[in-house]
Amino acid sequence: MSDNTLDNLLEDRKGQVLETTLDGAPAAIRCETRSAAGSVSQRACVFCGSRVVLYPIADALHLVHGPAGCAAYTWDIRGALSSGPVLHRNSFTTDLRETDVIYGGAAKLERALRELIAVHGPKAAFVYSTCIVGLIGDDVDAVCRRVQDDCGIPVIPVDSEGFKGTKKDGYKAACAAIGKLIGTSGDPAVPPAPARSVSGINILGEFNLAGEAWLIRDCYKRMGVEVVATLTGDARVDTVRRAHTARFNVVQCSGSMLGLAAVMEEKYGQPYRRVSYFGLEDMAQALYDVADLFAGEDPDMPARAAALVAEEMARVMPLLEPFRRDLEGARAAIYVGGAFKAHSLIKALRHLGMRTVVVGSQTGNKEDYERLQQLCDPSTIILDDSNPVELSRFVLEKQADLLIGGVKERPIAYKLGLAFCDHNHERKIPLAGFEGMVNFAREVHGSVTSPVWKFARRRS
Amino acid sequence: MNEVEARAPKYAVNPCKVCAPLGASLAFKGVAGAVPLLHGSQGCATYIRRYLISHFRDPVDIASSSFDEMAAVFGGRDSLVRALDNVATTYAPTLIGVATTCLSETIGDNVKDILLHYQPEAGRECARVHVGTPSYAGTHLDGYYDTVLALVEALAGGGTTREMVNLFPGIVCPEDLRWLRRTALAFGLEPCLLPDYSDTLDGGQWTEYCRLPPGGTSLAEIRASGRAKGSVELGWSQGARETAGRYLNRDFGIPCETLGLPIGVEATDLFLAALARISGRPVPAELEAERARLLDAYADAHKVLAGQRAVVFGDEDTAIALALFLAEIGVAPVLVASGGTGALALSAVAAYPALEKFAATFLPDTDFGRLGEAAKQAGPTLLVGHSKGSKLARELDLPLVRLGFPVHDRFGAARLSSLGYAGSHRLFDDVVNSILAHRQAKSDVGYFYF
Repeated sequence: MSDNTLDNLLEDRKGQVLETTLDGAPAAIRCETRSAAGSVSQRACVFCGSRVVLYPIADALHLVHGPAGCAAYTWDIRGALSSGPVLHRNSFTTDLRETDVIYGGAAKLERALRELIAVHGPKAAFVYSTCIVGLIGDDVDAVCRRVQDDCGIPVIPVDSEGFKGTKKDGYKAACAAIGKLIGTSGDPAVPPAPARSVSGINILGEFNLAGEAWLIRDCYKRMGVEVVATLTGDARVDTVRRAHTARFNVVQCSGSMLGLAAVMEEKYGQPYRRVSYFGLEDMAQALYDVADLFAGEDPDMPARAAALVAEEMARVMPLLEPFRRDLEGARAAIYVGGAFKAHSLIKALRHLGMRTVVVGSQTGNKEDYERLQQLCDPSTIILDDSNPVELSRFVLEKQADLLIGGVKERPIAYKLGLAFCDHNHERKIPLAGFEGMVNFAREVHGSVTSPVWKFARRRS
Repeated sequence: MNEVEARAPKYAVNPCKVCAPLGASLAFKGVAGAVPLLHGSQGCATYIRRYLISHFRDPVDIASSSFDEMAAVFGGRDSLVRALDNVATTYAPTLIGVATTCLSETIGDNVKDILLHYQPEAGRECARVHVGTPSYAGTHLDGYYDTVLALVEALAGGGTTREMVNLFPGIVCPEDLRWLRRTALAFGLEPCLLPDYSDTLDGGQWTEYCRLPPGGTSLAEIRASGRAKGSVELGWSQGARETAGRYLNRDFGIPCETLGLPIGVEATDLFLAALARISGRPVPAELEAERARLLDAYADAHKVLAGQRAVVFGDEDTAIALALFLAEIGVAPVLVASGGTGALALSAVAAYPALEKFAATFLPDTDFGRLGEAAKQAGPTLLVGHSKGSKLARELDLPLVRLGFPVHDRFGAARLSSLGYAGSHRLFDDVVNSILAHRQAKSDVGYFYF
């Protein structure tokens, strides 16, 4: 480890960056704290965390109670596809004005809710509180209760005031809102379904970006496993309601939904496993894990899963080979929302002959970062809640050829003459599952081998 | 002409505006060596960065004071001071532009006072300018103009008059900002073009991360704005509100003209005439040649445009300028819509005889929900506006000519010029070719020649 690699960090940022060492013993990283003021964090706020988790529920009304900006910035923000209704792709807001801030926005909220429910006929409504609502003290809960009673659909307040914590607290608020739906019946005359399905699972933390949930569900189906609910990719209010009937939960994107999985285990006796669908090993493991869960009553399932994996591997490996030939030896930097995804990406990149030299996340926890250190080669930079100045510095110092991130990271890469792969909300092609690995390789290859980098000033 | 009454809507479906702190951030990005700092939740800065990055496709660093619950209860002074320290240490800026948000405005932080008493660490001194931009008041365009005003109020000084003109445009693309600067220079006038993000948000590649991207209006230029021969404001949206031009007129006696954005021949003629008056020089020959080429293009393509009906939307200044341009080339602006609340500007246009005969409907303070309904009534053949209209264009199966802010679904937003004869020429070609491309795509025949 070079002596001065970690010098010149902001005092407030020290401890949130480290470099892995040869002996491999994981060091403690400071994480899960609020962002340092003035540090240009890549994180958003509590509202953002709630909005992204609930957004894919396609037949719900998502009403942002606040000024129009918060709603405008999150209009159709994720590529979370729906196989049916697309109400979620609209942006509804109470569009609070100065007079509402002075006199209160509750009446406006109630009017908006009643009218929008009448016009759009959603199966449920989520009401997101923004910063201003937390300050002016609108009784959002009371409004939601009244409208729910009158309109006969669940109207669920989401405590997502931007300043009340970090993005992770927004995930929690969203999970609390989902928890209010699970196990309820849409019809007051019908009691909630108590029965367990024989072979069903729920997939938590999978948002069907670019149709990824469909690829994953297809694999489980081939193994003989029904997916009861995906939370929240391509979700409907009614499928969320039935989530308690599944036998098990699998949890991807652990940062957002692990808490809900724990609650469901406790409340409905549904054991859960953490999985990841990115990269070949992790995708295969995600299938094996589910097969093991059902092996008691369906002893053939592990064999079916193995056959499926073998078939997919045989199909996919030759497709990856030409990409690997060109990418062998290239270096990657990763900066993503959740650290669990970074684990999979490191392994996926290894499959392409690439080494990860910088890796960080917005919301990883202590265990995530320990695991990251174990996975990474010595002298890899690990970052929590980073910013453009730090990211660009380490990307250059470690001579990365590729940056994996989202829209806010993209211009950092391009400005410095680096390849880039979007692994965030806006991706348009599925990167999960076996097929997704081929797409991922093609994406990375297409950027890393582009002839335009020969003009990059950094290389001259 | 019927004008829809401006009244606060009950709610919004798919907003046709964003909030004032975005406009403030954009304006501060147009000052050399400046870093915008939003005093509010972390999300405000991050969402606004993402929105601007998707448009400009360049890094946009905006700091945040990262408000938490304690700050919301006890005041944001400590967060703001810490943010100022950290921005000064990381960026060594020449100016920190502090804009407020819903949160800091509502809890009543006295930002002016905090900045006044702020003691920077030794060697970390820089200018600090504050603007109040509660997100529930006005739009991004208002935040933008208020920031230009705040910069001039804080920095402009008096002195002997210089061969200089102050140019205060609305939100225009980097290519147009370059044209404004070039054009002032062509009249022998040194421009104080404020803001000027043409290089800071549309620059070349870097060898290392530029904490302060090159370009922007220098503090010296802003200081000298109080000594200019005249000011030209491009955009009517501010109505009777205080603006940088009015302030300089009142406090420094600098004549100020308020014009629309110079899109089209007539509007550009007016702008160039203003520069000719201020400089005492004739319109340069090169610009006359551009004008001649534009008029020639108008003649060549006029039949394509006959009978066309356009729905126009965007910030108020862009929407109005576009409507006048379309009227000039023979496209009826049947619906002129904006998320802006300034009914002032929209009724100011009622005075424009050029629009009288089209019986255009004006729709201020709108969202895309109501805009879509009104568009269906208006029976348009094309849409002209920013990229958030693409959903509506798809629904109506009509071409959308993209212009203004934001353009998130195409490349080259920084070069979607429309100002001056040359910019108008580019836009004119785009309008004509969008109609032809649509006709070609819909035609069984296909056509080799149009």
